[in-house]
Amino acid sequence: MNHISPVIWQFLVKWLTNFALLPPEASKIAPQMDALLFFMVLVSLIGLTIVVLLVTSFSILYRKKRHPVAVQVEGSTLLEATWTIIPLGLFLVMFVWGALIYFRVFTPPANAMNIYVVGKQWMWKVEHPGGQHEINALHVPTGRAVQLTLISQDVFHSFSIPAFRVKREAIPGRYTTVWFEATTPGTYHLFCTQYCGTNHSQMIGDVVVMTPEDYRKWLTSSSSGASLAQNGERLFASLSCAACHNARPDARGPSLANVYGARLALSSGGTVIADDAYLREAILNPSQHVTQGYAPIMPTYQGQISEEGVIALIEYIKNLNSDYRIEQTLNTTDLPPGSEGTTPATKTPAAKGPVSKGKVKP
Amino acid sequence: MSENTIVSLPDQSTARIPRDNYITRENGLLSWLLTSDHKRIAILYLISITFFFFIGGALAGLIRLELLTPQTDLMATDTYNKVFTMHGVIMVFFFLVPSVPATLGNFFIPMMIGAKDLALPKINLLSWYLYMAGGLLALYTMAIGGVDTGWTFTTPLSTHYVNTNVLTTGLAVFIAGFSSILTGLNFIVTIHKMRAPGMTWFRLPLFIWAHYAASILMVLATPVVAIAILLVALERTLGIGVFDPTKGGDPLLFQHLFWFYSHPAVYIMILPGMGVISEVISTFSRKRIFGYTAVAFSSVAIAVFGFFVWAHHMFIMGISNYAVLVFSLLTMLVAVPSAIKIFNWTFTLYKGSITFETPLLYAFGFMGLFTIGGMTGVFLGSSGTDIHLTETYFIVAHFHFVMVGGMLMAFLSGIHFWWPKMTGRMYPEKISQLAAVVTFIGFNLTFFPQFILGMLGMPRRYASYPPEFQVLNVFSTAGATILGVGYLLPVLYLIWSLRYGEIAGNNPWQATGLEWQTQSPPLTENFAVMPVMDHEAYDYDWLEKQQKKEAHRAG
Repeated sequence: MNHISPVIWQFLVKWLTNFALLPPEASKIAPQMDALLFFMVLVSLIGLTIVVLLVTSFSILYRKKRHPVAVQVEGSTLLEATWTIIPLGLFLVMFVWGALIYFRVFTPPANAMNIYVVGKQWMWKVEHPGGQHEINALHVPTGRAVQLTLISQDVFHSFSIPAFRVKREAIPGRYTTVWFEATTPGTYHLFCTQYCGTNHSQMIGDVVVMTPEDYRKWLTSSSSGASLAQNGERLFASLSCAACHNARPDARGPSLANVYGARLALSSGGTVIADDAYLREAILNPSQHVTQGYAPIMPTYQGQISEEGVIALIEYIKNLNSDYRIEQTLNTTDLPPGSEGTTPATKTPAAKGPVSKGKVKP
Repeated sequence: MSENTIVSLPDQSTARIPRDNYITRENGLLSWLLTSDHKRIAILYLISITFFFFIGGALAGLIRLELLTPQTDLMATDTYNKVFTMHGVIMVFFFLVPSVPATLGNFFIPMMIGAKDLALPKINLLSWYLYMAGGLLALYTMAIGGVDTGWTFTTPLSTHYVNTNVLTTGLAVFIAGFSSILTGLNFIVTIHKMRAPGMTWFRLPLFIWAHYAASILMVLATPVVAIAILLVALERTLGIGVFDPTKGGDPLLFQHLFWFYSHPAVYIMILPGMGVISEVISTFSRKRIFGYTAVAFSSVAIAVFGFFVWAHHMFIMGISNYAVLVFSLLTMLVAVPSAIKIFNWTFTLYKGSITFETPLLYAFGFMGLFTIGGMTGVFLGSSGTDIHLTETYFIVAHFHFVMVGGMLMAFLSGIHFWWPKMTGRMYPEKISQLAAVVTFIGFNLTFFPQFILGMLGMPRRYASYPPEFQVLNVFSTAGATILGVGYLLPVLYLIWSLRYGEIAGNNPWQATGLEWQTQSPPLTENFAVMPVMDHEAYDYDWLEKQQKKEAHRAG
């Protein structure tokens, strides 16, 4: 096929042979989204055909040669009502149908496995709960709901996986979430779709969908030795958080055991649910979020912890379900700096259970 | 009169351009630069927006050339980013927003309502100077290195992360915004206060209704973008922190402010074009617009609803799901008046007596392309499908179908339609019909493949892209070259016609508007005697009687 230009050849082979208007459907939501898209394309084609047919036939029937004198018609309430109500009805169907899909895409199921994604100029950093890090790549298993919690370290980015039909903005200073359930193993495009500066078009990568067995293998082979929560634990120790949040009776800060998801009373009055967003705010901007009964003495950590660090801390706090765990962390604070290389997990095997339970194994 | 045309020109051997008209009344460059005549200002605008259009067009050409191949080979990514930013800034703020209103609107609003000039002639000239100051500042910015924020100036990219000329570009847009506000204000006052005796609101041509609606948007929405740009400038220079999350600001707030202007701005761009289409369809089918009131009110409805849909640009940006519901619903509602207009125009042709001169060909082009542009807007307005399609080439194709396929087609339709009135001479018919067809084909070839690219997921504003998208990009670039020819042709033959075109006479199209009942080119004061509107708009029987009366008088 040397006599055909490679561009045309690629076109013939890749595009015409599987007449692609949409990327492959690799998630559970994709067929639902495509059904609506096809409905919309169909309605548009019918609408366009009606307009083109009418204009063409009127142009032929009433051209001056055939119809030299125009007949004035003022209008017709019936006709006008028809072409007001029918489009309105169709648009409303598309509105409801679209909203159903929208709510599905942005309402993760409770059992979804959470992966953190940090966008920065110009790469995607993915933090798995098991401690696996990825750059410009995302490995996910099939048949399991995966929630992404996104944040940007600098400007707006947008995490787009066309084959899953999902996309979510990564915003500086705010967590956003999106979820999907991959269905077909394969490698798919990952794009940044929000213009983010010089190398916007290089902020791309691969989403690798694997069968659960392959995924398990991948998790073990790419483990960094410590889970995300364990990294958080180390950070918790090195930032001396446990100096106050130590769960002792005379502690200057509230105990963080079981705080995740709890309803907290604030000293400013009112209550708040301690979710990811709240914990992030409470670390970076503590004077605005003082728990009732405590003095506003916590310093701000704005500019001292990277977004990945905040994520690790949150993941640690999330898994902190007893005061005993905090005491364990307290002990690691006293470790000499030289022992940094050995992870707390190996030092305190008793603690391993609650930290990584149900996180690594799908 | 021939069977295939309504054009009736005076006997070319005896016809002369009237000696006294707005062009010949005064001479010299200063008489143009210091004029307060709305027609001369319209001509100044026409020349300047054409200039900016071709600069923006050249930048578009560079974009399409870069995208011919998947790699970044023609220019560095930074250069590419600057090129598409300047393409957007120039086309939106210095071509599309002023295009029809500042040229055709400026020229014909007073003439259509039977007035001598706009209500505030000096303000009108001031708005041209503001426009030029903004435009030249934008060009200067481009010369000293450009800006790479995208025309949307998204924070915090524009405030903290680029070191290009954000401030000067912002200032250029800020200044041009005042030009737009003053033009809108002038139109509103003129339409309220300067109508000729008998010219009631429901006798106004639909062109006026469309401009009235657009003017309200200009006056109310433009100050918001001025505020947004000012805040960007303050954040950049003083670090006030309104958009900075580390200082307690909200980066999304900028987008709310920006789109509060920039969505209505889309209607500022398209409504005047719709006004042109109403005039052209009526004239070339010899019929009053089907459902005049519905079309008039649909313009107002678009303007009103247009204010409450801005957040549909932010469906995936973490705004509340319930806000998404409301904005998606309102977006569906704003689509309805556009559908009404399309069908009313179509049924205006019904039982008409149609001839196919160039303005109508462009108007047909408008109807087809705007229908596609409008329908694909619904794809994006429906919150679910927006997730997949937003920020891809689908959205690029959608707004080019509306802005270029819609507005530019309408602009060209209007320019051809009123060219004989503005210059006193006809444009050459055959070649202009060819240009209309070439433009239509080139347009579809350029932008239709982009819908498919977007469905396939290709992101916008990419200097390089995965190789499987190349074929469709090659189609698009090929189409752009044809489109370029389609846009160059009118410039050439319209300039040619200034000298060699046939003498048009007062009313070559047998149109009913008051602007056609006076000499071409018009007198500086537009009418020799103050006109009295004693009939409805688009009353072709009245016109016929009038012509018989005149023939009788002459006989």
